[in-house]
Amino acid sequence: MWDADQRPVIKFSDEQEQLLGVATNFARDKFPLDRARKRIAASEDLDRSVWEEMVSLGWLGIAIPEEFGGSGLGLAEVVTVVEPLGRHLAGTPLVSTTLVAQAILVAGTPAQKGVWLPKICQGAIAALALVEPHGDWNLKHLTVQARPEGDRLVLSGIKTFVTDALSAELVLVSVALANAQALVLLDKAALGAAVIEREVVIDETRRSYRIKFDGVSVATTNLLQPSLSAAALKQIDEAACLLLSAEMCGGASGVIDTVVDYLKTRKQFGRLIGSYQALKHPVVDALLMLDAARSHLYYAAGIFGDPIEGELAVRMAKALAGDALTFASDRAIQFHGGFGFTYDCDAQLYRRRAIWCEAQHGDAAHQRRKLADMMLDLQT
Amino acid sequence: MSPDKQDLDAFRREVRAWFEKNRPADPGFLLPQSFMEVGTDEQFYFLRDWQRKVYDAGYLGMAWPKEYGGGGKSQTLQDIATREMVRQKVPFMTNTIGLNWAGPLILNMGSEDQKNAYIKGILNAEDIWCQGFSEPDNGSDLGNAQLRAEPDGKEFVLNGSKIWTSLGKHAKYMILLARTNLAATNKYEGLSFFLIPMKIAGIDVVPIRKLTGEFGFNQTFFADARISESCLIGQEGGGWQVAMATLAFERGAVGGQAGGHSMMSKEVSEVVRLARAAQRNGHPAIEDPVIRDRLVQLIMEERSLALNSARARIKPLVAERPGSIDMSSKLAGSEYQRRLNQFALSLQGANAAYYVGDKNAYERGQWQRSYFNSFSATIGGGTSEIQHNIIGERVLGLPKS
Ligand SMILES: Cc1cc2nc3c(=O)[nH]c(=O)nc-3n(C[C@H](O)[C@H](O)[C@H](O)COP(=O)(O)OP(=O)(O)OC[C@H]3O[C@@H](n4cnc5c(N)ncnc54)[C@H](O)[C@@H]3O)c2cc1C
Repeated sequence: MWDADQRPVIKFSDEQEQLLGVATNFARDKFPLDRARKRIAASEDLDRSVWEEMVSLGWLGIAIPEEFGGSGLGLAEVVTVVEPLGRHLAGTPLVSTTLVAQAILVAGTPAQKGVWLPKICQGAIAALALVEPHGDWNLKHLTVQARPEGDRLVLSGIKTFVTDALSAELVLVSVALANAQALVLLDKAALGAAVIEREVVIDETRRSYRIKFDGVSVATTNLLQPSLSAAALKQIDEAACLLLSAEMCGGASGVIDTVVDYLKTRKQFGRLIGSYQALKHPVVDALLMLDAARSHLYYAAGIFGDPIEGELAVRMAKALAGDALTFASDRAIQFHGGFGFTYDCDAQLYRRRAIWCEAQHGDAAHQRRKLADMMLDLQT
Repeated sequence: MSPDKQDLDAFRREVRAWFEKNRPADPGFLLPQSFMEVGTDEQFYFLRDWQRKVYDAGYLGMAWPKEYGGGGKSQTLQDIATREMVRQKVPFMTNTIGLNWAGPLILNMGSEDQKNAYIKGILNAEDIWCQGFSEPDNGSDLGNAQLRAEPDGKEFVLNGSKIWTSLGKHAKYMILLARTNLAATNKYEGLSFFLIPMKIAGIDVVPIRKLTGEFGFNQTFFADARISESCLIGQEGGGWQVAMATLAFERGAVGGQAGGHSMMSKEVSEVVRLARAAQRNGHPAIEDPVIRDRLVQLIMEERSLALNSARARIKPLVAERPGSIDMSSKLAGSEYQRRLNQFALSLQGANAAYYVGDKNAYERGQWQRSYFNSFSATIGGGTSEIQHNIIGERVLGLPKS
């Protein structure tokens, strides 16, 4: 983490460098912003052809060991793919699928790993059902219940914000089981009895669903190892913070470009508006916030999994990336004037993305609260 | 040939031990926190002797050429030594203007005579340098500098004044931007750049009292002061380019400096300690949720500075907007220091209102003083507002203001 001169070191692998290059080009080619707008209007949940390309590039298996068909790298390498996709507001199931795979890696039984990880590498979409109607970010605050009945578990309750639930072949649900938290895998067949309802969400590039589990039952063999479910939830939370930070850093970079383009072309009072410091200086501030967030992001990526420092780093990255994208996209709306108030202006797409990402796994203030408890109570 | 890892580790141990053994004892008076704040003679001589000691030990100018007084070694070694000075919080190298901007400038574009005359004295602090850029009426608009240098045979005659001259009272030489041609087609082309002696007839240095109540910088008056044409560096009329090259060294955007640190920065860990000591509602301030949130923000911000430099060393991670981190480090670092100091004051509760000199002032009032002094870096070297302009225009390509 620190070099011999006690400066922090960002670990950056050759694989990360390669992937960053490939993903940057891929995202630019496949996700121009008019494409994001077409996705919003599209009736099907996902653009299958682009998804297939991402699968064939091996991106779903980046952080999955080779024995299960992946490439045996880590989340640091996933970050280099997610960041450019975030820049172009791609709304794909890559992040949620990766998170489910992470949970299975941490707490899955050998059988579960053997079945699901290879499928995920080959493009099976997986969805996460963690959030509940109370909206609490504490993943252990569970009202969805699993009740044992013989060799089956009967579920009840509602989960919200389950993205891509309709396309998913696998949904990972967090439940309360005998007063402890547990994680259950549901395949398409098990989901049959659930009521799945489309949600209207602020980030329109997402497809999000509310799932009512009453009447759903699965074999107990679908339970991730109970003794490891707390560790799996922790892994999901930290990996989500990391990948959301990547998505938000990408987004902040994209919206800075958007607003800078406008400031370089729009004229008022006979001058390009970018020459006005009331606009120029806040955009520079947004750039500084992005620079800082991005440095934290790649630091966190490099040390992901480290017992304490790893968690500190992802929470810092999430807090700073959230602030950066929020500020940059908020100012981008204002700096487009009346056009900024329109649906046609791209600034709103980024602002919506910012609110979506902040609402997932805790916003900046929530992260800082966790950081305070981790850092300020040690009497050093 | 660059030294291998084993050599580096051995060197690091050697430097570490040397500074541990030789760090000066507390002189019993408050030391300045940067070269811009050297006010009294006792402060100056203390710092000058310290710089000489570090140079004599071989830890300054290590990568500068041997023939002029440098160490002729690799930059990596100097970086290790500099880093160790920062880490051990030993006093800074006071001849900053010589070490970090005049020196590299002279090595880069000075004549053989100039290199022989100036480099050694910069390193051993025998010859202190000051900078004559800002004028009473022209500060941020440096290109509009009006101090007159009128050609007269093989000499130039200087008239006018420079202001905010740090170290001016102790300086033997000055880097000077002056107007040699009043008829030039634009304001930049009339400028020339000189390396001038300070102790000559017609130059008068008058101390200015700064906001802390102490003395620090000066106003320098020029009345028919005569200098030789050999003082020119660069072409007559080419002063603006030389000034820009100097500012690139000053802001650390380009390498080649002698090394050593030029200011003492506060660290957030010191403020966390303060928050444990300070009281709110009968409890340690560190238990207050609002204060905790601010502390976390400052901790993250301090890390951002270090992580930015770490990322700047990884090419693919700065390819998107090259130069962004280098160009913004002065802005980010100085504004962070100002906010950190400000917060340290508010933590003290009612006691924030004490000042240096009162026996109840927390840590001798050093936070009150360092808060005021933190503005030296948000104003000097190009204000934060000017830095915003520069970053907006050069990194983001926004139109000029
Ligand atoms: C402690 C200290 C030490 C210094 N040491 C030296 C030294 O050794 N040698 C030397 O030559 N100079 C030195 N300086 C001077 C320093 O470089 C100038 O003070 C600085 O460049 C600002 O110039 P000014 O003081 O004339 O302020 P002004 O230029 O008058 O600025 C006043 C305010 O207007 C703002 N402003 C000006 N122009 C613009 C613009 N285009 N856009 C937006 N805002 C603008 C500024 O940011 C500032 O807030 C020192 C200054 C300090 C504080």
